[in-house]
Amino acid sequence: MSETARPRLGRTPLLLLIPGVIAALLLVVPMVALVLATPWGRLASQLTSPAVREALRLTVLASVLTVVLCLLLGTPLAWLLARVDFPGRSLLRAAVLVPLVLPPVVAGVALVTALGRTGLVGRPIDQAFGYTFPFTTTAVVIAHTFVSMPFYVLSVEGALRSSGEEYDAVAASLGADRWTTFRRITLPLALPGVIAGSALAWARSLGEFGATITFAGNFPGTTQTMPSLIYTQLQSDPLVARTVSMVLLSLSIGVLVLLRNQWLTRP
Amino acid sequence: MRVPTSRRLGVLTALLVLLPLAACGGGSGAGGERNAPSSITVLAASSLTGAFTELGKRFESENPGVSVKFAFDSSATLAQQAVGGAPADVLATADQKTMDSAQQVQLDEPKVFATNVMVLVTPADNPAGITSFSDLNTSSVKYVVCVPTAPCGSVGAALLEQNHITSDPVSTEVDVKSVLAKVTSGEADAGVVYKTDAIAAGDQVRTLPIPGTKSQVTTYPIVTLTQSKNTSLSQEFINLVTGPSGQQVLRQAGFGPP
Repeated sequence: MSETARPRLGRTPLLLLIPGVIAALLLVVPMVALVLATPWGRLASQLTSPAVREALRLTVLASVLTVVLCLLLGTPLAWLLARVDFPGRSLLRAAVLVPLVLPPVVAGVALVTALGRTGLVGRPIDQAFGYTFPFTTTAVVIAHTFVSMPFYVLSVEGALRSSGEEYDAVAASLGADRWTTFRRITLPLALPGVIAGSALAWARSLGEFGATITFAGNFPGTTQTMPSLIYTQLQSDPLVARTVSMVLLSLSIGVLVLLRNQWLTRP
Repeated sequence: MRVPTSRRLGVLTALLVLLPLAACGGGSGAGGERNAPSSITVLAASSLTGAFTELGKRFESENPGVSVKFAFDSSATLAQQAVGGAPADVLATADQKTMDSAQQVQLDEPKVFATNVMVLVTPADNPAGITSFSDLNTSSVKYVVCVPTAPCGSVGAALLEQNHITSDPVSTEVDVKSVLAKVTSGEADAGVVYKTDAIAAGDQVRTLPIPGTKSQVTTYPIVTLTQSKNTSLSQEFINLVTGPSGQQVLRQAGFGPP
């Protein structure tokens, strides 16, 4: 219906068409190559191998916990940045977005210097409780949350800003306290941003490698996620690495398709 | 309001366009001083970083106008890159197996130029009080090794088995540099690394011998690649590495004779 109603805009300019096609090829060709290079016959046997199952379980667990932590901790942070005027707010906003541009390995080094056994926070914790983060699944979740949270905060803060403060003001004028306003007005209005942010954070967590292997290490069952397993296999058997990559790719595409149908469809 | 914004954008765009050009200008200027330099690229196992950097300098001073570029990485990665057609001249790996995996791009027979053995290192303050390799069996000791798929990991695994170490490492790192980093940062109580890495780390680590390393010696082969554009210069570099002055540098770094 809308097709017929659309006015004639003229031919697609080559200046936009050619670069657009190049961009699409750049993104699509490597994926197609990976699909073509996958030894499909070995996929079934790879899926049942204990190493792959362990890594898959850990990847799913870490990415789900990362999204939960983003929801519980990232939402309040985004709200503070969007709604509360405090000194140093823009500085804080810049600081929490730094992990977006940080090379993941540097993020891992930063985490070691903060939470490692001899780290700024890690040493007092070790001395007081005898607990150390590195080489534990907890460290994997911390590393994933560190690299994923900025994506979530950015998305939710944007949603909070564009949904506008007027509704909050109206709710306050009707006698709602700030917590009730947040719960009944602000959060429902920002829900698309919360969902998009969760999807972004989840996707980032799924592919996270550098910070995890630097901070948490790499041991099957406790800290070896799918990307770490792929990197490890690349050293010995590239064919296995390709098969395992395919498993991760299928998982990501599956969830993206699911999300797209549910929430991400744009008009 | 609009004009300043677009002007600012214009300046930003100009900067983005000009910066890479400026970088290029500097690069070609430096290269242009030497008259059409011939250069070779050497792919070398990361454990060779110190010794080969030194040998590269020596090679350049012995052959004026020649430059040597290095890519240091894990042997398996480099062998795959060489087979994949990476524009390089020489490949030096940290074991025979990865060298064999690059057979199709070897110009001639690889030559073994050095050997290495593994040692146990602890942080300088030795927090777990480790005095021998068998202390790794103590359950509270957190030790790291290379992942079994890497050359350093297969040797490490053999040494652990040979010495009846049954407790698990806390992490299997992708390469020996990562093992060393986990130890020098104090996150791990001990790690299994090459003797040359322990020497390069200096007093950041305490080094202990591993019993039975003689049966698990790592050999380092070197070869000219078929894609080399300057095979005579590549052969000269290999001659330097296998010759007396190259061997002296390698011995100082802790490598054994071939």
